[in-house]
Amino acid sequence: MTAVLTVRELRKAYDGQPVVDGFSLTLNRGECYGLLGPNGAGKTTTLRLMLGLIEPDGGEVSLMGYAVPRQARAARLRVGVVPQADNLDPDFTVAENLMVYGRYFGIKDAEVEAALPALLEFANLAHKRDAKIPTLSGGMKRRLTLARALVNDPDVIFLDEPTTGLDPQARHMIWQRLRELTVRGKTLLLTTHFMEEAERLCHRLAIMDHGRMVAEDTPREMIAKNIEQQVVEVYGEQAEAWARDHAAHYTQRFEVSGESAFCYVNDAQPLLAHLRARADLRYLHRPANLEDVFLKLTGREMRE
Amino acid sequence: MSRHHFALPRLSIRFFPIWRRHLLVWKKVAATSILGHIADPMIYLLGLGYGLGSLLPHMGGTSYMVFLAAGTVCYSTMNSASFEALYSGFARMHEQRTWEAIMNTPVTLDDIVLAEILWSATKGMLSGVAVLAVAWLLGLTHSAMALWLIPLSVAVGLCFAALGLVMTALAPAYDFFMYYFTLVVTPMMLLSGVFFPATQLPGAWQHVSAMLPLTHAVDLARPLLSGITPPHALLHVAALFGYMLLGFYVSLVLFRRRLSR
Repeated sequence: MTAVLTVRELRKAYDGQPVVDGFSLTLNRGECYGLLGPNGAGKTTTLRLMLGLIEPDGGEVSLMGYAVPRQARAARLRVGVVPQADNLDPDFTVAENLMVYGRYFGIKDAEVEAALPALLEFANLAHKRDAKIPTLSGGMKRRLTLARALVNDPDVIFLDEPTTGLDPQARHMIWQRLRELTVRGKTLLLTTHFMEEAERLCHRLAIMDHGRMVAEDTPREMIAKNIEQQVVEVYGEQAEAWARDHAAHYTQRFEVSGESAFCYVNDAQPLLAHLRARADLRYLHRPANLEDVFLKLTGREMRE
Repeated sequence: MSRHHFALPRLSIRFFPIWRRHLLVWKKVAATSILGHIADPMIYLLGLGYGLGSLLPHMGGTSYMVFLAAGTVCYSTMNSASFEALYSGFARMHEQRTWEAIMNTPVTLDDIVLAEILWSATKGMLSGVAVLAVAWLLGLTHSAMALWLIPLSVAVGLCFAALGLVMTALAPAYDFFMYYFTLVVTPMMLLSGVFFPATQLPGAWQHVSAMLPLTHAVDLARPLLSGITPPHALLHVAALFGYMLLGFYVSLVLFRRRLSR
């Protein structure tokens, strides 16, 4: 496997506060890699550093073999970007947006014109070719932004929270398109805080917090290595008192959050037998998932 | 501020697709836009020209209308370039995030700022040329030398576009631009000999006037419109380009700082 992106010991601080704090990463050709982290973990800043949009305080980035930020212009020729916030040109039609964006890469109008049907088909926007941007739904705008990121036929695509703010239908459609891109051999780097998204799409993922990588693995291994196999969630007014008196006896590890107790166990049977006798408590038994790992590694406190 | 922000501009031909983008947007609204750009200077030129002109039949050997026409070409260019650099530039940078979209391509911030200056200057030139055309139609000028006002309006447009972008780089919101127009643009219009000769100003103000970019522009435009080679032409041209280079560099440093997050 060849690396399309190598990041070594990347650092960036704002006003003395480290935002990216010794971050390293290798992205292999053809993989979909997820960067997970709570708000303020440094995901977007890391992406901007990798694209050469801001100067790092330290560390090295090599993107498509180009040293970033020094050769960022050449690197960005081979990269597509789907930004977090929509920044389509509101004065233009769908087709004009793609045409004008292609020009920034130095692509001739005739070439974009030739690629247009396939791009619009991919974005499921063939019927909206001449529609103005303000008339599009949120999902359509996202799909157009994705199509726009493909206008230069990039090798790598950076996606910053590509499905934030979309309804489930629109989100599933984006996921399907991203899967198609990996099938076509594109390399994807996406940030998200939807665990489901990461679990479904990514070959490998990293959990990032306070500007550092705290874990990196395949989704399955990430769960297997970092957390007990089963989770029993216990709810009710008595949950906290119950957890204080009994949880330690039945669980490997437990956490109390409000009127819920999260019990992490490798064998749930003794705990379930105990809970069946407690009519004052409700409970939910499920396999451990990525969100459990995420919360374990980054904590339950709110991030603002 | 880090030292990266102070690097000299690195320019490339990649500014051109951005300029084309602005042109394409403008083409869609050109009809109303041109009307607005011409109407305002026309009202001043005709209203003040005929009204005051009848009271002040001659000024420096020419009619007041001719005197005013030269000033109007300059201030109309200034207004139009400033407006584009401030309000429209801010919309593209901040509200629409157009710059953010462009920076994800091989285009850099330096290219974007250059394109903003060139585009705002284009808008300024269009206004200046429109006023010049009307002055020609009204028979206020017959000299071929008046055609020099076309390149002059490009220079004036570049100068005020670059100065305006400094404000855009500093602006927290649109309201901020009111200060620039009421405290800088309007006083400059009154101090730069657009409506009356700067020699009418009190002594100290004449020194201020002599430093202002619009004064340099008017001092070139007025003789040219009457078919006379302007005295100290090189000095005036150098002053306009000096202001432009200063505005370009300062705005670029400020934009780099603003967008480095």
